[in-house]
Amino acid sequence: MSGPNNEYDPVEVAPLQPEEIESATQAALTAIAAATDLEQLKQARLDHAGDRSALALANREIGALPPQARKEAGQRVGRARGEVNKALAARQSVLEAEHEARMLIEETVDLTLPTDRLPVGARHPLTTGSELIADIFVAMGWEVAEGPVIEAEWLNFDALNLGPDHPARTMQDTFWTDPSDNHVVLRTHTSPVQARTMLTREAPIYVVCPGRVFRTDEYDATHSPMFHQVEGLAIDEGISMAHLKGTLDTFAAQMFGAGITTRFRPSYFPFTEPSAEVDLTCFVCRGTGLKDNGADPCRTCKGEGWIEWGGCGIVNPRVLRACGVDPERYSGFAFGMGIDRTLMFRHGLEDLRTLFEGDIRFTTAFGSDL
Amino acid sequence: MKAPVSWIKEYVDLPAEVTTEALTDRLTALGLKLEAIESAGAGIEGPLVIGRVLTMDPEPQKNGKTINWCTVDVGDANGTGEPQGIVCGAHNFAPGDLVVVVLPGGVLPGGFAISARKTYGHLSAGMICSARELGLGEDHDGIIVLPADAGEPGTPAFDLLGLGEEVIEFEINPDRAYALSLRGIAREAALGFDLSYHDPAQRDVPLPNDAGHPVRLEDAEGCPVFVARTVRGVDPTAPTPEWMSRRLQQAGVRSISLAVDVTNYVMLELGQPIHAYDRARLQGPIVVRRARAGEKLTTLDDVVRVLDPEDLLITDESGPIGLAGVMGGATTEVSESTTDIVVEAAHFQPTSIFRTQRRHKLPSEASKRFERGVDPLLPPIAADRVVELLVELGGGTAEDGVTVAGEFPRPWQVSMPVDLPAELSGIEIDQETTVRSLTAIGAQVSVADGMVTAIVPTYRPDLSDPHDLVEEVVRIVGYDRVPSVLPRRATGHGLTRSQRLRRRVGRTLAGAGCVEVVSFPFVGAGDFDALGLPDDDRLRSTVRLANPLSSEQPAYTTTLLPGLLQAAARNVGRGAVGVSLFETGTVAFPSGEAAPIYGVDRRPTEAELRKLLDALPHQPLHLAVVLAGERERAGWWGEGRQAGWAEAIDLVRRLGAELGVQVETANSARMPWHPGRCAVVSVAGVELGHAGELHPRVCQAYGLPPRAAAFELDLDLLLEQTPAVTEGPVFSTLPVAKEDVALLVDAEVTVAAVEAALREGAGDLLESVRLFDVYTGQQVGEGKKSLAFALRFRAADRTLTEADTGAARDAAVARAAELTGAVQR
Repeated sequence: MSGPNNEYDPVEVAPLQPEEIESATQAALTAIAAATDLEQLKQARLDHAGDRSALALANREIGALPPQARKEAGQRVGRARGEVNKALAARQSVLEAEHEARMLIEETVDLTLPTDRLPVGARHPLTTGSELIADIFVAMGWEVAEGPVIEAEWLNFDALNLGPDHPARTMQDTFWTDPSDNHVVLRTHTSPVQARTMLTREAPIYVVCPGRVFRTDEYDATHSPMFHQVEGLAIDEGISMAHLKGTLDTFAAQMFGAGITTRFRPSYFPFTEPSAEVDLTCFVCRGTGLKDNGADPCRTCKGEGWIEWGGCGIVNPRVLRACGVDPERYSGFAFGMGIDRTLMFRHGLEDLRTLFEGDIRFTTAFGSDL
Repeated sequence: MKAPVSWIKEYVDLPAEVTTEALTDRLTALGLKLEAIESAGAGIEGPLVIGRVLTMDPEPQKNGKTINWCTVDVGDANGTGEPQGIVCGAHNFAPGDLVVVVLPGGVLPGGFAISARKTYGHLSAGMICSARELGLGEDHDGIIVLPADAGEPGTPAFDLLGLGEEVIEFEINPDRAYALSLRGIAREAALGFDLSYHDPAQRDVPLPNDAGHPVRLEDAEGCPVFVARTVRGVDPTAPTPEWMSRRLQQAGVRSISLAVDVTNYVMLELGQPIHAYDRARLQGPIVVRRARAGEKLTTLDDVVRVLDPEDLLITDESGPIGLAGVMGGATTEVSESTTDIVVEAAHFQPTSIFRTQRRHKLPSEASKRFERGVDPLLPPIAADRVVELLVELGGGTAEDGVTVAGEFPRPWQVSMPVDLPAELSGIEIDQETTVRSLTAIGAQVSVADGMVTAIVPTYRPDLSDPHDLVEEVVRIVGYDRVPSVLPRRATGHGLTRSQRLRRRVGRTLAGAGCVEVVSFPFVGAGDFDALGLPDDDRLRSTVRLANPLSSEQPAYTTTLLPGLLQAAARNVGRGAVGVSLFETGTVAFPSGEAAPIYGVDRRPTEAELRKLLDALPHQPLHLAVVLAGERERAGWWGEGRQAGWAEAIDLVRRLGAELGVQVETANSARMPWHPGRCAVVSVAGVELGHAGELHPRVCQAYGLPPRAAAFELDLDLLLEQTPAVTEGPVFSTLPVAKEDVALLVDAEVTVAAVEAALREGAGDLLESVRLFDVYTGQQVGEGKKSLAFALRFRAADRTLTEADTGAARDAAVARAAELTGAVQR
């Protein structure tokens, strides 16, 4: 490096000659343009814009020029270095973009690979089905009442007007706990929850009671010693069968979709009078009674257009009296249906036993809600 | 109850345009539910004609059978008028008999096509039919031989045989016993179409006298009325006429003999069960009384029955001769030689019949009707109808004696407010409609002071309360007219907290990859043995069932694990490599107390109710999980992870985190868990259950992969520990300072103890402690372990200095050394 040249020295400094600068600039630009990847560009940067590059060296020589000459030379070198840096930056961004594009392509994976490291869980359709039903009624302003499955005989039978000689009370239908003169049974229906509710709450009462019940049925495709029921009870002033129908129609439409409704037929239950069987518009054929082909009878309802859904009626005043509700002031309705059965036709299940086998393939099909 | 349409039409003039379907629709709407419509001979096509057997040549065959090669005159039905050659295997006929022939081209029920075919060396052109082949019952003893006056050969036999006649099967509700008769069904049909009705019970009966067979009633409550009539000289060989046996067959009753058939026919016609005794075998007067201890009776089904003092009996001087209203006895049974018959038509108290029938497991057509309630005025009418038929069809002579013992029940009345039907149905029903409806069912109705009073017709013993009358009015008005209106006062409070929390528990476990199952709660000693429970384990003390379905599992379970482990094993058996299951369900612990039975005329008092509820077994809701095999799957990413104790405990902790409680675990030993890998789980000092790895013997017993893990908790108790409201956390956003420490402790020292000591020593600046490594081996020496903890410090108000965190770390380590003997490495 030359020393300061404060006094005008006409000696020309070779690297600062315009031709030299121009040539170094061109060499730099050519090298930059020729770089095809970031590595080559890095080298070009080192060669042509680095500390030992011609332009950098030239820049250092500026100080050796006499003051009068410094300005012009400085401008020349500065311009050249600016041009080179700009070219470097432009090339850098082009090459970076190219690199990124290539990298993204190279990192492509087979997105059909399995990813199921963690097993998928599910809740049982009997649980989620009961919740769905509960939610439908909660939305109507009802509450969900519960009670124990091992129940007092009096609550399961007597209080519900099922007298001592009612056929359901025999060993043939009811599981009795031992000794049977302890008068404790596995509840045969969820109706004792209704009795408990009337015994412990003041009217008006609007409760729905989903739960597990037991009967001494042999286990087969359509029978099970344990199954699930949902019952509803409304006790209020002026309750009539019209309110029962309105409630069940709403339930049916919410559970099965608009257009699904109910039909009443006279029937008999000790705890209700008048009593009715509830039929539901067939969920599969939607009441036409025909298969999709329009010719053969629907398999689900056997061509009737209706499916037997459950029982219902106006609460027998004898039941109200035993449970401490004034039958002169209040009337009520009650209904009950099988949850298992409801799910069977809602989801086209052929065999009741699939609900109780615990096969994960069955349950996971339903996910965590219905 | 099966009712031939033609029989219904005998009592009600149904217009031709009322199809069977319209009839059943209407009756279903009235409460007689259609079960099925049967059409006898459905599926029969083509020529089915009367034939006269001209010749029959028996031809013994090599297979030991003898067939008959017959020629049969079928008139012009075969198109030629020539006799038809038919091979027949039956032998119950003779040349000259009229038979039923199906000609080639015909089809019998079941799609059995008839063609002329070569058999036994002849060309058999058609078939001579048996009743069973035509779908007319099970009789296959021989072919049908028609009465001599049945018709000319070649006449179509379809109608003649009653084929094509429709029979309706109804499902009859227990309150409508009257519909267990054609009389009752026809009455409903008349009601349904507003037609007039010819009551088959409308007949003049002879007045009672003392000349009949003597009858004494010793239990007027069990048997208020007993009618006896006698017919002598009945021809025991007289056949049951074809029309009667056909109707019986259509109604599902087997034809036995004229006398028995007549009693069954009248029962179907009127609904009154009848019994016929062989007069010659009766000894002295008939006495109706309760059984005496030790008495026995051989019933018609040849079973010797030991009688209960509550059983109501028909007796004579020889002793019991029948279980009243349920089944007759063998000694006085009408036989093939009976000529003199005593007819019994009585009324029995329903409850008594029901109990006897149940006690002896003897449901019969008679008991079915009596236990539901028969019209008490029917006995003399039904008896007279039986006498009439025995005289007419059996050539007998009715004796003048008419015994009517006892008193006919008096009619009763029921009153209700005039507007009750409208109030309870929601249909606008006026007084006139109410009166008309009740009159239509045969009630005598009067109205006064806003009250309707109905004198109930005797065929409706089910009508006793105002609501019963309402049902009658509403079903006649039509259940289809009930409007659909939502009640407007339901103002509930939504789900309870427990209900919401239970949903959260299920969702949390499902989110963690567990699948919910629902198992039966029945267990037995074998299940507890498989769990390895000691003999005195409290879980073995169960609520036992008096009548279990299986003697292997006679109890309600005290633990959810048996069902869950079986479900897991079932999945493994079906090829699952990893199973994570959960179940919530009640278990039961016996109280040993008897629950009282109260009356129903009033509410039990609070004290009575408390006593009742307290007597019930304790039934907590449990939650259990089993994890078996791969908990995380192996795959292209590498190895899977097998279920083990850590996975089970982690699920419990996750659940705690979801529910906002701090779960504590401590080593414990309880079957069915591995004694070194079983944690007792508690929250706030309340023990909830156990979690960990199952004992290897238990895995083996259930066929589960080794190291399967499980937990079972008292969910009710867990939910009780959850905070009603979670307090919002306060945390610092200043920089965190991290310090790692490695501590050497004795192998028995628990991580929880060291961690607690570190927390205590570190003070308020400590944000978290996390164990990140455990090392045992040569470098730390026998009986020791090295625990590596990451401590994170943070202050709420300043950035911590090295001096701050160093001091806190040293204090933490010092406390750990003090409390657990830890030495920093």
